[in-house]
Amino acid sequence: MSAIIAILVLGVIAALFGALLGYASVQFKVEGDPLAEQLDALLPQTQCGQCGYPGCKPYAEAVANGEAINKCAPGGEDTIKKIADLMGVEVQPLDENHETDNTPKVAFIIEEDCIGCTKCIQACPVDAILGTTKQMHTIIADECTGCDLCVAPCPVDCIEMIPLATTTQNWQWDLSTIPVVQID
Amino acid sequence: MESVIERIQKGHFSHFHGGIHPPEQKFLTSTKPIASAQIPEQLIIPVRQHIGQAGDIIVAVGDKVLKGQALSASNSPMQLPVHAPTSGIISAIENAVIPHPSGLSELCIIITPDHEDTWRKRTICPDHHLLSKDQILEKIANSGIAGMGGAGFPTQVKVSTLAKINYLIINAAECEPYITADDLLIQEHSPTVLDGIKILDHLLAPKNILIGIEDNKAKAIETLQKATADIAHIHVCVIPTKYPSGGEKQLIKILTNQEVPSGVLPSSLGIVMQNVATCFAIADAVINDTPLIKRVVTVSGQALDKPQNIWSLIGTPVGFLTQHCDYKNRQHKHLIMGGPMMGFSLSNDQIPVIKSTNCILAPSEAEIESPYSTGTKEVECIRCGQCADVCPAQLLPQELQWSAKAKDQQQLTKLNLFDCIECGACAYVCPSQIPLVHYYRVAKAEIRQQKLLDIKAEKAKVRFEARKERLEREKIARAEKHKKAAEARKARMNSGTSEAKTEKSAVAAALARVKAKKAQASTDDHKINSEPESTNEQASDKKDQVANAIARAKAKKLAKQAQLKEGQATENLTTDNDKEASISAKLDNVTVSDKKAKVAAAIAKAKAKKLQQAENSNDSLSTDTQAKSDEDKKAKVAAAVAKAKAKAKAKAAERTQDDKPDVLVANDNVASAIDVDASSAKIDIASTQSAAELKKARIAATIEKAKAKAKAKSSLTEETIKTEAKSSLAEETIKTEATAITEAPIPGAAELKKAKVAAAVAKAKAKKLAAQAQKVAEPENSEQGDDDNVIASATDSKKARIAAAVAKAKAKKLAADTNKSPTSE
Repeated sequence: MSAIIAILVLGVIAALFGALLGYASVQFKVEGDPLAEQLDALLPQTQCGQCGYPGCKPYAEAVANGEAINKCAPGGEDTIKKIADLMGVEVQPLDENHETDNTPKVAFIIEEDCIGCTKCIQACPVDAILGTTKQMHTIIADECTGCDLCVAPCPVDCIEMIPLATTTQNWQWDLSTIPVVQID
Repeated sequence: MESVIERIQKGHFSHFHGGIHPPEQKFLTSTKPIASAQIPEQLIIPVRQHIGQAGDIIVAVGDKVLKGQALSASNSPMQLPVHAPTSGIISAIENAVIPHPSGLSELCIIITPDHEDTWRKRTICPDHHLLSKDQILEKIANSGIAGMGGAGFPTQVKVSTLAKINYLIINAAECEPYITADDLLIQEHSPTVLDGIKILDHLLAPKNILIGIEDNKAKAIETLQKATADIAHIHVCVIPTKYPSGGEKQLIKILTNQEVPSGVLPSSLGIVMQNVATCFAIADAVINDTPLIKRVVTVSGQALDKPQNIWSLIGTPVGFLTQHCDYKNRQHKHLIMGGPMMGFSLSNDQIPVIKSTNCILAPSEAEIESPYSTGTKEVECIRCGQCADVCPAQLLPQELQWSAKAKDQQQLTKLNLFDCIECGACAYVCPSQIPLVHYYRVAKAEIRQQKLLDIKAEKAKVRFEARKERLEREKIARAEKHKKAAEARKARMNSGTSEAKTEKSAVAAALARVKAKKAQASTDDHKINSEPESTNEQASDKKDQVANAIARAKAKKLAKQAQLKEGQATENLTTDNDKEASISAKLDNVTVSDKKAKVAAAIAKAKAKKLQQAENSNDSLSTDTQAKSDEDKKAKVAAAVAKAKAKAKAKAAERTQDDKPDVLVANDNVASAIDVDASSAKIDIASTQSAAELKKARIAATIEKAKAKAKAKSSLTEETIKTEAKSSLAEETIKTEATAITEAPIPGAAELKKAKVAAAVAKAKAKKLAAQAQKVAEPENSEQGDDDNVIASATDSKKARIAAAVAKAKAKKLAADTNKSPTSE
């Protein structure tokens, strides 16, 4: 008798929790892929395509689906570490196939050489290049992500990648360097 | 509970958490008067000297400027102008090292003074009460006044607050152990300072004005108390000396017992704080129309013989000031801008004094060790907790330090790193000599940078998404446009007007072209595939050529007719091109027959030419040098004969076609003849006259060829020549040609030339063949509709094309060889 009561009680409890879980899964259903969104937030958004995907979001989605986490060259070690933390996997060194130099750069058009072919405009993932057919083009430096994608299509090689200058705004204190010694 | 004022009057003050008592060094300068401003040889004026954006430069290199003249203009509240501290000439506008811990350069205006110190026109305002608040604010803004206590926040932004102000606090605490600039300013210029306070009183209308001053400045306190004795709501608050009581939040806590929450401005609590020096500058600007061009700088330190406060022009290099104070430590210069607690080392003594510079410290080695001469003495944190005890912001310095070392930005933010005022109290008390503040500065800069990057990343993301959307939109728009255009075209074509008809015919022609191209492509493919087997079908024979020529001519004619016809054609669009052509041929009798005759003539001519070429090539290829001239002659004769024959034939052909009563029949006959030729399986004799003529021409061609060739001749004249035989003959011919060119020892220049000619001829021949073979594909495919020997002609045309391709390749090889041989010889 007591065994039946125990089974009944446990059964009722199980049914209750089952119903509760079922209700929760419907009521609190999360739309979209939160992991891909979180990964996307960690990526540098240069949209450079060096990872082999046409932008940061596609790569985030791929990583969420099991792609290697070490393909983001502009993000470098920091980004890999963050992704590893989020995914709960081991930190991997940056993929050897990718450029390791991730100093922030901006593209610069040598304007006297520009022939106005608009090829770079089509290549720019963030529409940071101004210009039109047979008119000189220029780059909006503030919008440029330094992705390098405009360099290859240029038929006259008039686009350079210039490292960002250090200003008092983006200067970083560095304790390990020897201070500037005064020369009289 | 007693009110704040009552408490202050009783001399009871609150205490902020922590704080330290570093050794007092004010005696070095506090007893000496402020030295008057000297004009250096060069003034370096950074365009940006405050928190905010630089003003827009309104002067150019070479301009002569007067003292007090604006060098830059401001367009927004966070932009501040800079002014010429003395009269002189703008010698440069360039990047120069600015007072910043990084030692980086920024844009500076460099003035070479003329030492005349000529003022611009000034309008003195004796009574500021006559001015409206807006006018006063404008004057303050135009004078470029920024907080002179160290932070450099634009003053007019601070005083134009709309909040109701309870307390205006004048900060005269000056807690840094060396600095006495404010002390001396009060001692010497208390009336002007008081004027400034009154102007602020007028602007902000606070309930009470509290002047916070540390109890180590007895003279200044006395002066202030005397000056403010008759003003009821100004209270001089003498507070106990403790570092950093001069901090904004700390002083507010001491005086009003209120704590400013993290991330909130004091104005939200009804409190505004201004520095004493700023009050002086405000008075000077509003009353004397003097912009901020000079300030009191404490030049102190044991490395100086005569440390003192100096009225120094903005832009004066610090080296000029230390020189003025007899700087003796010339071996290891170590200069600090700001106090010993919060200042930073300078990399260069040409760095200028700016609006927020209150102290230049030149310490001796014993006093403050130079960061250049010694390595770090930092040891591990022993978790003593002294730093937390002294932190005026009630932070956890050691926790911050660990997080900073681990670069854990989240944790740092959680620990309120940005509430750290970088006072240096923690580093001062640290027994492990950990430069804690440095770690915080690094971490702060990194977090700021990360925030900037995040903002940039977000922007890039938005732009990327926007671009993707735009491309998608454009794609859809384009597709719609094309669809619409196609619909419009269809509607127009079905409308039945004359325009529609011409368009229809154009479409039909285009369709035919596409069809032909496709057919050619497929046969080309086939050709490539079948090349290995085609070696024994190297039909560079005349028959094929003729067939090709005829077929080509026919195709051209058909196309022309089709074009002509299409104008009148009322048939359905889908009608076969061939059908149209044949119909048009029937309708347009006269033109057709004329054309036929012409075609025949052309064919004959071409044949004759080819024959001649063959002669020439064979002739020149001959290895027998002795019989050369004879053969030449013979060949020429033969060619002439062939030409004449061909002409005659052409004429005959013309005649016969003109004579024909029923052109339709003639047309049919020619067509069938061409069919037979095209098939070239067997020579059909049973045809009409024109066909017979063609056949004769072919026979003649073979005869000529045979004459030229010594080896193969007799069998060629027969009428029942098999194509296989012919093709083998052709193969042989080409082979002999090849051997003649490659193997024949050619000693003389004449021989070389000949070889070249031969090669050229062979090449030309091969090209022609190839061209014919390619062209022939078009008409033959379009003829399929009414041709009886469809399969035969198709396969044969293919054969011909293959043969042509092979011949071409061979000729190329020959040409290459002959080109090589002269160079090698």
